[in-house]
Amino acid sequence: MASARAEILGRVRDALRDKPTAPPVPRDYVRSGEASVELLAERVAHYRATVHVVAEPDVVPLLGELLAGKRIVVPDGLAWDVPGMTALRDPLTVAELDAADGALTGCAVAIAQTGTIVLDGGPGQGRRALTLLPDHHVCVVRADQIAGTVPEALERLDPLRPLTFVSGPSATSDIELDRVEGVHGPRRLEVLIIR
Amino acid sequence: MGTRNPVTWLGSPAFPEAARTALADTQLRRNLRNATTTIRGRRRDAVGELPDWEQLRRAGEAIKDDVLHHLDRYLEQLEEAVTARGGVVHWARDAAEANEIVLRLCGDAREVVKVKSMATQEIGLNEALAEAGVHAVETDLAELIVQLGDDRPSHILVPAIHRNRSEIREIFRAAGLDPASDEPRVLAEAARAHLRRKFLSCEVAISGANFAVAGTGSVVVLESEGNGRMCLTLPRKLITVMGLEKVVPTWQDLEVFLQLLPRSSTAERMNPYTSVWTGVTPGDGPEEFHLVLLDNGRTATLADPVGRQALRCIRCSACLNVCPVYERTGGQSYGSVYPGPIGAILTPQLVDDPHDKQAASLPYASSLCGACFEVCPVRIDIPSVLTHLRAQAVEAKGRSAESVAMAAAAWVFASASRYEKAQKLGSLARLFARDGRISWLPGPGAAWTSSRDAPVPAREPFREWWRKNRG
Amino acid sequence: MKKVALFATCLTDTLFPATARATVRLLERLGCTVDFPLDQTCCGQVHFNTGYRAHAVDLAERFASVFAGQDAVVVPSGSCAGMVRHVQPDLGTVPPPTYELSEFLVDVLGVTDVGAYFPHRVTFHPTCHSLRMLGAGDKPLALLREVRGLELVELPQAEQCCGFGGTFAVKNADTSTAMLADKMRCVLDTGAEVLTAGDNSCLMHIGGGLSRLRTGVRPVHLAEILASTEEEPWAPETR
Repeated sequence: MASARAEILGRVRDALRDKPTAPPVPRDYVRSGEASVELLAERVAHYRATVHVVAEPDVVPLLGELLAGKRIVVPDGLAWDVPGMTALRDPLTVAELDAADGALTGCAVAIAQTGTIVLDGGPGQGRRALTLLPDHHVCVVRADQIAGTVPEALERLDPLRPLTFVSGPSATSDIELDRVEGVHGPRRLEVLIIR
Repeated sequence: MGTRNPVTWLGSPAFPEAARTALADTQLRRNLRNATTTIRGRRRDAVGELPDWEQLRRAGEAIKDDVLHHLDRYLEQLEEAVTARGGVVHWARDAAEANEIVLRLCGDAREVVKVKSMATQEIGLNEALAEAGVHAVETDLAELIVQLGDDRPSHILVPAIHRNRSEIREIFRAAGLDPASDEPRVLAEAARAHLRRKFLSCEVAISGANFAVAGTGSVVVLESEGNGRMCLTLPRKLITVMGLEKVVPTWQDLEVFLQLLPRSSTAERMNPYTSVWTGVTPGDGPEEFHLVLLDNGRTATLADPVGRQALRCIRCSACLNVCPVYERTGGQSYGSVYPGPIGAILTPQLVDDPHDKQAASLPYASSLCGACFEVCPVRIDIPSVLTHLRAQAVEAKGRSAESVAMAAAAWVFASASRYEKAQKLGSLARLFARDGRISWLPGPGAAWTSSRDAPVPAREPFREWWRKNRG
Repeated sequence: MKKVALFATCLTDTLFPATARATVRLLERLGCTVDFPLDQTCCGQVHFNTGYRAHAVDLAERFASVFAGQDAVVVPSGSCAGMVRHVQPDLGTVPPPTYELSEFLVDVLGVTDVGAYFPHRVTFHPTCHSLRMLGAGDKPLALLREVRGLELVELPQAEQCCGFGGTFAVKNADTSTAMLADKMRCVLDTGAEVLTAGDNSCLMHIGGGLSRLRTGVRPVHLAEILASTEEEPWAPETR
C-alpha cells in the first residue's frame, strides 16, 4: 500500500490535470497608514482595554502607581524597573503564574489601525505563558514600535518566533453574538503608550 | 477505508424535511433572527471602514487560487519547513486515518483539551477518541455549550448560535456549573472557572489551524477567548489537524487574511488573540508538535474545476449570517458541521457520493439570492457552484418526473408555435379561478398554492396583443 | 431614434401581458422603436437554475439566434436579464447587448424622469438578481422618485430575498413560505397600497401571498408605473 503522503500528493496532481491558471496576485490594497499614538490609543480603547498615553519620564511613576503592592510577573530584559511591586521572575510554575496579580511586558510591534499589540517572546516580553495566566496584563508600547497597518506590522515581525497578537482583553461573542470581555485570557488589558 | 464520511451526520433527513422541523421551532427562529441581524450590521460597519475591501477580497481570492493550483508543491514546502523546526508532519487520507493518528499521539492521556476546530469536528474526532477511552474537553465557550448539552453545532463560528442565554444557563446547570444568572458575562465566568484546572493540568492539546505558511512552516490560529492560547502553550504536546487547503504560500500573504477574516467573521478590526508558532520553540510552549494534514474529500473537490473554489473558504461564516435560508432553518437542518451556503456547496463535494440523498439535497437549499457571494471575503461564487452541483445531481438521478417535465418544457420552448399552443392550453387554469384568484392547483402546483395564490392566466397573452396592435 | 428589441420573457408574455404592453408604451413614448421578435420564448433560466444544463444550452442558443444582430434587447425582468447577460455566455453563446428595463432607461437613454404619473403610496422590492447579479443598484428608485403623485415608502429589509427562487419555492416550500411571510410583514408595515419591483416572478410570489391573506396590497410591475400618465393612467387588468 502506498503511503498516505504519496497517495494524497498523487490525488492532488491528478485533480489538477486540467492545469488551471490564475492571474498573479493583485497587491493593490492599502499597505501603509497612519502610525500615530492617538490612533493606536483610540483603537485599543475601543476594545475596552485601559489606555494611558504618557511621556517617557512618567512611565515608571505611573507603573509604580498601577502595580504597587502587587505580585507582578516580569520577563527578562524589561526596560523599566518599577518600585513598590513584587517582581516574580522565571522559573515560575503554572500555579505560580496563575496566582500572580498581573504581568508587565513590552511588545515587539503595535498596529494602530486595528488596535493590536504583538508579542514575539523577545526581551521584555518573555515566554507566552507569562502574559496568559495572570489576570491582568500591562503592556508598554514605544511610539517607534507602532506600525500603521497589518501589512506594515507583518513586515517588521519574524514569523519564526512564537507570536501573539493581542487586541483587547479576552472576549467572547458566543452567546447571542454579543461581545463580552473577559474569558480565559487576561480579563484586564492595560496599555501604556509612550508619546 | 471506504467508510462513510462523517462530515454529514448519520441519519439526518434531506434538507426540506429537516427544515420543516426547524421552521416549526419559534424559539429557534427568534434566536437566529436576533443573532444574525446583529452580526450583519456589525460586519457591514467593519468592512465599510476599509476603503480597499474589494482589493483585499481579490487578493485573497488570487492567493487561494494559487495555493489550490499548486497544492502539491506548497504542501511539500510546508512539510519541509515544519520538520526543519522540530515539528512532525502526518498525512491522513480520510477521517478514520486522521483519528487513528491523533489517538496514537495521545498516548496514555485520558483527557485532552481542544481548541475549536472545524477539521476535527468534520472527522468526528471527539467520538473516535471517546470510543478509545480518551475524553476531549472542548474549551471554546460555544463548543462547550454544545458538548455539555449533548447537542450538535449549528454555525461555523458560533456553534451554539441556536441557543439563547437562558437555554445556555439551563445547560450549564444540568452539567453542574451553576451560573448565578443568565447574563453572558456570568455564563462566561462559569466556563472560565470550569476549564481553568483542566488547562493547567492537561498534557495534550488538540487544535485546528486557520492558516499555515508553506515558506516558513508557521501555523496560525485566530481566537477570542484565550482558550486557544492556553491549549497552544501550556500542554507538553500539541496536535494540530489541518485541512490540506489551509496552506498559504508566504508570510506576507497573511497580511491579506488577517484583515479579511476578523472583519468577516466576528466583525471586529482584529480578533482578541492570534497565535503564530513555527515547529517547537525551546523554553516556550509545547515540547512536541504534530501537524496532521487532512484530505477527507478535499482532493476529490479539487478535481472539479468549478467546485474547487469552495476550497478557498476561510471559515468566516459571513455567508451563513446573511443567508435568508440559514436565518430561518438554522444550521442543524443541513445535517453537517458545514451549514449554510458554504456547507451547501462544500458538504456534498466532501461526501463525494452522488447517490447520498441528504447531501444531494443541499445544493437546492438556496433561492440563489446571491447574498453569500456578495459578502464572501475570498469571492467564492456560491450561486454558480450551487447550480453546477444541481446539474451533477440531476445527472446522477437519471429519469424522474421532474426531468420529464423539464424536457417537455424545453421541447415546448424550442418552438414558438408549440409555445403558443401551450399558452392557450395553460389558460385552462382559468377554470381554477375564483374571484380573480387561484387558491388551489393540483399536482406540483399544490406546493405553490399551499401558501400563495397563483396568478390567473391573462385573457390574451402579450403576443396576441402585439399581433393585433403592432404586427 | 433608438431601436430596441423587447424580450418579454415567457412569464410576462403569458401571465402578465400588461407589463409587456406598458414596456412598449413607455419605450415608444421615450422615442424608441420597439420590435418584438415573435419567435422568442424563454431564456432557459428555470432549466439552468434547477440543474438542467443541456436544455438551458439549447434555449440559450435559441435566444441568441432569435435576437441576433439586435443593438439592444430590453427585458422587464432582472433575473431573465441576468440569465442572458451573466449565464448564457458561460453556456457558450454570444447574446446581444441586453438590459434590464431600469438599466436601459437610466444608463442607455439617460433619463430618470420619464413623465409618469401614479398617485399612490408605493413601496419597492429591489429583487435579488437586479441587485446582486446586474448591480442595478438604486436605478429603479431613481426612476420612481421622479414619478408625479407617487409617494415612495422605504421597504424595511428590502434587500432580503422574498423566497421565490424558481423551483426553490416548490422544492423547499416550507422555507420559501417562511421567507415570504417575513417579506409580507415588511410590505404591510409600510402601509403601501402598491408593491412594485422590476421582476414579475418575485411579484407573482409576494403578490400571491398578499392575495391569499386578502391584504389588498396590489403588486404592480415597475414598467406599469412608469408607463402610467395623467392622460392614460394605470388601471388594473381584468382577468
